[in-house]
Amino acid sequence: MQTHLLAADATASSSRGLTITLFLIFVAITLGITIWASQQTKTATDFYAGGRQFSGFQNGMAIGGDYMSAASFLGIAGIIALYGYDGFLYSIGFLVAWLVALLLVAEFLRNSGRYTMADVLAFRMRQRPVRSAASISTVVVSIFYLIAQMVGAGALVSLLLGIKPGATFLGMDADTAKVATIILVGALMIIYVVVGGMKGTTYVQIVKAIMLMTGALLMTILVLAHYKFNLSTLLGDAAAQSGKGDAFLEPGLRYGVEKAGDASATFYSKMDLISLGIALVLGTAGLPHILTRFYTVPTSRVARKSVLWAIGIIGVFYLFTLALGFGAAALVGGKAITAQDKAGNTAAPQLAQALGIRYFGGDTGGSVLLAIIAAVAFATILAVVAGLTLASSSSVAHDFYANVIRRGDASERDEVRVARIAALVIGAVAIALSIFAQSLNVAFLVALAFAVAASGNLPAILYSLFWKRFNTSGAMWAIYGGLISSVVLVFFSPVVSGSATAMFPHHDWHWFPLSNPGIISIPLGFFCGWLGTVISKEDDSEKYAELEVRSLTGYGAH
Amino acid sequence: MTTEVPSESSTERYQAVQRSEDFQRLRHKLRSFIFPMTVAFFLWYLLYVVLCAYARDFMSIKVVGNINIALIFGLLQFVSTFLIAWFYSRYANRELDPIADSIKHKMEEGVE
Repeated sequence: MQTHLLAADATASSSRGLTITLFLIFVAITLGITIWASQQTKTATDFYAGGRQFSGFQNGMAIGGDYMSAASFLGIAGIIALYGYDGFLYSIGFLVAWLVALLLVAEFLRNSGRYTMADVLAFRMRQRPVRSAASISTVVVSIFYLIAQMVGAGALVSLLLGIKPGATFLGMDADTAKVATIILVGALMIIYVVVGGMKGTTYVQIVKAIMLMTGALLMTILVLAHYKFNLSTLLGDAAAQSGKGDAFLEPGLRYGVEKAGDASATFYSKMDLISLGIALVLGTAGLPHILTRFYTVPTSRVARKSVLWAIGIIGVFYLFTLALGFGAAALVGGKAITAQDKAGNTAAPQLAQALGIRYFGGDTGGSVLLAIIAAVAFATILAVVAGLTLASSSSVAHDFYANVIRRGDASERDEVRVARIAALVIGAVAIALSIFAQSLNVAFLVALAFAVAASGNLPAILYSLFWKRFNTSGAMWAIYGGLISSVVLVFFSPVVSGSATAMFPHHDWHWFPLSNPGIISIPLGFFCGWLGTVISKEDDSEKYAELEVRSLTGYGAH
Repeated sequence: MTTEVPSESSTERYQAVQRSEDFQRLRHKLRSFIFPMTVAFFLWYLLYVVLCAYARDFMSIKVVGNINIALIFGLLQFVSTFLIAWFYSRYANRELDPIADSIKHKMEEGVE
């Protein structure tokens, strides 16, 4: 076994050098374009909102770039490649979720806020407690999301360097090498964002969205061409290669598993599927880094247009995931994927390599296409890390530091300095946690961030915008109730302890049976918001008149 | 530019606008569209998720070649999302924006 692996590695090592060199060149070009683009804008002096000068199409692309993360590209392709149809549920949930943002949130948020999510929550309430709560919630959601991106980056670079379970790398065993990779790559990304990339974040995202759509389209065409553009043949081959037959094309291999003779395990598995589905569809409109994107356009009408563009771009991309996932199952195979990454996070780049070998002249072609797609994935992750770091550090600086600690008396320079320090700290926490999450699929990890966002943020946002009676107490209850319950349930779930793929596989303190907390914590967030409101006598209906008039008409929008 | 800190009189002004017939009409038209539509697409999506969990036999019926009902149902979620987004945008452009604009203009004239 060992000798076999070594022999395979020796033949691959020359093309690996080519892959790594090309990858570094592509990454350098991407960073170059981004820096160049960010210097072209004079209005980028507005640190938080990019000057509010972006057009609907530009912002739509940037939203796509902000939203389609390692989870969408690496994670979904991996789950479909390993478990078939169940991975497609993520694509659907991630897309339908945009209707919540379009119908209920985007325009009203744009009309009534300025920089962060908390602007709308604190509009008619006592500033300090509400801004503190919103800031904490923003940071927690962003850290969950960042963990997934770091895990994706670690898996990707491990694939490029040839770090495989069971093999050694530079004298380190594979696990140590992977940890070193995550720390190094994570630190590089955070430093890039802190030092140079903050102002150019929107441009990183636009450039990345174009690269990702092009890369995914190219791979989709190559996969489909292999099957003479017959989707049914592709599905049939994927099912045959998976060794699971037709079940591979049906729901139930990963979620909602029927466990014969164990009624409670079957019930929990089905509830887990429904919980995941609810978290996916309600999470998007509570994601702080997505909400702040609505502030980068001049009016609510442009915000609406940008969401329409985003729905179009994101929808088309999620259709590609079918070809990427089933293509990887058919052309790479589950065994080769899990040999590289247990959770399937490297299925898409492995598919690129296989396609390159088939279409562009053997090993060299494989190396080139792998390098290109790996660079696309790297840009994808970098753009999302930038968006998340920007949103969370802005919230710490603007909501917590400037408004809570300094009570509105902080200079712009101080705020930016605090934002930079916050970005470093948040990045470091995410890197440290991601080391324990390597055996988890990145789409699954992002779904946890969605559950926390839907529980902690969405109830407070919707109540703020549409419920006259809502008040400070209600906002505090909604945010802390949803946030704490979702995080506590994750901590005591099989994701963290008590299962083979858990963050702490050798310990077991789990008592919550579901891996996604959404089905409990989201309703609880809404309930807490209602309860907190009715037990308080505070009445903000006078200020609600202003909020409602402004949010519906756009009068007085910043 | 509007004033940053609303005074007592501006609060009364917002309340007056909120009570106005135009604004009530705008709110009614907005809410009678977005709330039912949200309920509709949420239930339609939930139906899909529940079928994935509990109606495996139905979802696995093959329609054409290897394409089964589960895949078609999933693709229909894409179609419905695109249609609702398009439909809302048309409705907002025709029914909501003109009223919102007229209220906004009246308020801006009043500021001077």
